Amino acid sequence: MTDVALSEPRSSWRVMAGRLLSDPVTLAGVILCAIVLAGALLAPWLAPRDPLEQNILDRLAGPGSEYLLGTDQFGRDVLSRLLWGARISLLVSFLSIASAVVVGGAIGMVSGYIGGRFDLVTMQVMDVLLSFPSLILGMIMVALLGSSVTNLIIAISLTAIAPFARIARAPVLVIKERAFIEAGRALGFSHLRILLVHVLPNIVTDLLVMGTLWMATAVRTEASLSFIGLGVKPPTPTWGGMMRDGFENILDSAWLCIWPGLAILVLVLGLNLVGDGLCDVTDPKANAQ
Amino acid sequence: MIAFIIRRLLASIPTLLAVLTLVFLLVRVVPGDPAIAILGDRATPETLAALRAELGLDRWIGAQYFDFLGHAILGDLGTSMVTHRPVWTEIAEALPHTIVLTLAAMAIGCLIGIPAGVWAALNRNGPVDVLTRLLSLLGLSFPVFVSGIFLLIVFALQLHLFPVIGNPRPGDWIDGLHKLVLPAVTLGVVMAAYVVRVTRSSMLQVLGEDYIRTARAKGVPRRAIIWRHGLSNALIPVVTVVGLYVGILIGNSVLTEIVFNRPGLGKVIVSALTQRDYTMLQGMMVIYCFLIVVVNLITDISYGFIDPRVKQ
Amino acid sequence: MSASHTLLEVRDLAKHFTVTKGFPRPVTTTVRAVDGVSFVVARGEAFGLVGESGCGKSTAARAVLGLIPPDAGHVRFAEIDVTGARGSMLQQLRRRMQIVFQDPYSSLNPRRTIGQALTEPLGVHGLARGRAARERAIALLEEVGLPPSAYDRHPHEFSGGQRQRVGIARALSVEPELIVADEPVSALDVSVQAQVLLLLKDLQTRRGLAFVFVSHDLGVVRWFCSRVAVMYLGRIVETGSVSSVFGAPRHPYTRMLRDASPIPDPAIRGQLPRIVGEIPSAANPPAGCHFHPRCPRASDVCRTAYPEWRADGDGAVACHHPED
Repeated sequence: MTDVALSEPRSSWRVMAGRLLSDPVTLAGVILCAIVLAGALLAPWLAPRDPLEQNILDRLAGPGSEYLLGTDQFGRDVLSRLLWGARISLLVSFLSIASAVVVGGAIGMVSGYIGGRFDLVTMQVMDVLLSFPSLILGMIMVALLGSSVTNLIIAISLTAIAPFARIARAPVLVIKERAFIEAGRALGFSHLRILLVHVLPNIVTDLLVMGTLWMATAVRTEASLSFIGLGVKPPTPTWGGMMRDGFENILDSAWLCIWPGLAILVLVLGLNLVGDGLCDVTDPKANAQ
Repeated sequence: MIAFIIRRLLASIPTLLAVLTLVFLLVRVVPGDPAIAILGDRATPETLAALRAELGLDRWIGAQYFDFLGHAILGDLGTSMVTHRPVWTEIAEALPHTIVLTLAAMAIGCLIGIPAGVWAALNRNGPVDVLTRLLSLLGLSFPVFVSGIFLLIVFALQLHLFPVIGNPRPGDWIDGLHKLVLPAVTLGVVMAAYVVRVTRSSMLQVLGEDYIRTARAKGVPRRAIIWRHGLSNALIPVVTVVGLYVGILIGNSVLTEIVFNRPGLGKVIVSALTQRDYTMLQGMMVIYCFLIVVVNLITDISYGFIDPRVKQ
Repeated sequence: MSASHTLLEVRDLAKHFTVTKGFPRPVTTTVRAVDGVSFVVARGEAFGLVGESGCGKSTAARAVLGLIPPDAGHVRFAEIDVTGARGSMLQQLRRRMQIVFQDPYSSLNPRRTIGQALTEPLGVHGLARGRAARERAIALLEEVGLPPSAYDRHPHEFSGGQRQRVGIARALSVEPELIVADEPVSALDVSVQAQVLLLLKDLQTRRGLAFVFVSHDLGVVRWFCSRVAVMYLGRIVETGSVSSVFGAPRHPYTRMLRDASPIPDPAIRGQLPRIVGEIPSAANPPAGCHFHPRCPRASDVCRTAYPEWRADGDGAVACHHPED
């Protein structure tokens, strides 16, 4: 009967990646993130000195030939601490958001799919969690649990679970009404199969986009917590902790604040640019404009 | 209208109750004994037990819970374990400073953000638009304490325009204003970034709607289109964002107060955290969450005013 | 009709939707979407279910399949109780009764290829896997008139009519004996409608399928079905063969429906039908016979008592004053 000339099938991921990289602003974001990632991964080889090594005689030196970016109040090399600090920032932000996406996303997806009373109650609980200012919640969790990398990840993750539950639930409410879900039921598919095979792939993109943007928030939160003194315990180098050291010695050396501040800015900006680019690429309405 | 307000008020009661319960549980999930935290591990078992009894920690947890609830509803949040003054007093002294800062930041954020967003939307993809988008993205990416410190370095240390220490002299409101500028700008700029983005996208969406095209076709002057038809509808999502953002704003004010050494809730909560002042922490959390719930309520109700569809 | 010919038996099927809204004093509204529906479908028979929007025909069709749990009544498929079926029995029934949906644009998962959509039910029911499944899927594609290259495409690369064919192929994949077609061509362009209808007819002949054909379009039902039931506000008002129901309608509502759908034949000079009023809300049906506010033949008894179901020849009607 009808035979239509069909074009070559293209994987939707590749199309998205192509569009992503063609926008110069998004590309800049990708590059910024790549720089930080490279710095973190290659820290053992790139760092000129041991980040924990103290040289009291050279303390609070400005940027110069011996210490590229200067030293802190204990004479530790700023550049090396910056590179190793990148590991903490990336690790904490990635793991905390990844677990929030998985846990929060699962809660939101299941709640939206089941609907009814269960959904109502679950969302009330999420709303209660949402009503806590996230930084305060993070602060309290860390104060209670103690400062370690694991606890930091847990604390930040908890602040993001409720938002992701909401983010995952909204599209599920729409998809639930689509005929192909009912078709699955009519064909004898189990609820589990429908959730994992038919619902989840349709919300994954949304989750990934928001996940990237939230990673930027997580980096900021981790830095803020370290700045207050609730982050990873010294002497482990973290960008927020370095800013705290710089702040305490600000009258002696303003440079101590500037380098880690710029580092945080670069990473957060990069993540925001990439997240924004992903938003534009995946939003059908924006594409139509 | 009244029925709508009452409905929203009643709906927020269970949330408040849940928040109070969560706060109670959170603070009690402490690994470690608060009595030891206060007295140190050299204290004798008798003094520890005495302190525990005084703090009410030896009673059944249910009794503590109802005690806490009862007092909280009546406004009595207990006594600080460290300063021995009523929690409420500490908070009441610090709260006005935080509120002033928050309001100033909101004012800056909206006064910069909304016109900028509208301007950018009207000049879509033009140089103004691109610049605004980049600047707002930059503003979003600065953690508050980073931008605060940078501003401090530039304006206070280098240019000596503003003071470094932020404690305003009581009674001298010009000095107070002077010391408010940098912290308020720090917070306000970040908020402006959010507001610009939402205003811009909301304005763009509204301008593309059919009823705008109809108005243009009818010959309504451009200015009237923008202000009367476009802006008022575009402002609805902006109100949402502002309402949502207040929570973040309150959190960020903590950091700003630390950076600029201002009195306020920030200092109180940080000292409570580092000294493990549990009663204080409990009271602070209740206040913070209560503030958020109130702000959400106000946002919801103002929706009822802006968007008549919401009321039914 | 002998028992061995009966494939589907629906008796007194009912489905209510209750909504409680309002503050401070909540008000409960009950919508009787399906209110006592009974009909019988024989093997290989095309049975039509017609009515206007909101009469409950789609709800009834879903309740028959068990997609919506009914509040009352029985559905028996090949002597097996559908309403109480669970577990593996339900799985078996799912193979034998299938559904084709109205909206071709939402009935396929946009993220899955056509091939995946067709092979998935084969895997779930253990009918075929891997290469065998692929071969079966391609055979199905051919059967509905699509090229084998469609196997690796996504739904958005196809037109509405083609997507509907895929939906039909998917329903056929488990080899059902009965297909519930819920407005299968209503969302398609007129020229495409004919093609899809011809396909369905062809499949009926070749595979001996029975159909429950739900539609508001009388012309389509007239062409496709052999027997039909007319629904109004959740109840059936008349059943019979297509020729007698539409040729000599006995219920005033059937007559009104038929007259409202024009026949392109200049030899038939009809008067413009008297269409009175609109369908009342299913939450608050009129007392007595539901149709009496719009009926030109209404009398006092119609306003107070709901008419009994009266069998007449090979059909039946529920009316106090049926036409003859």
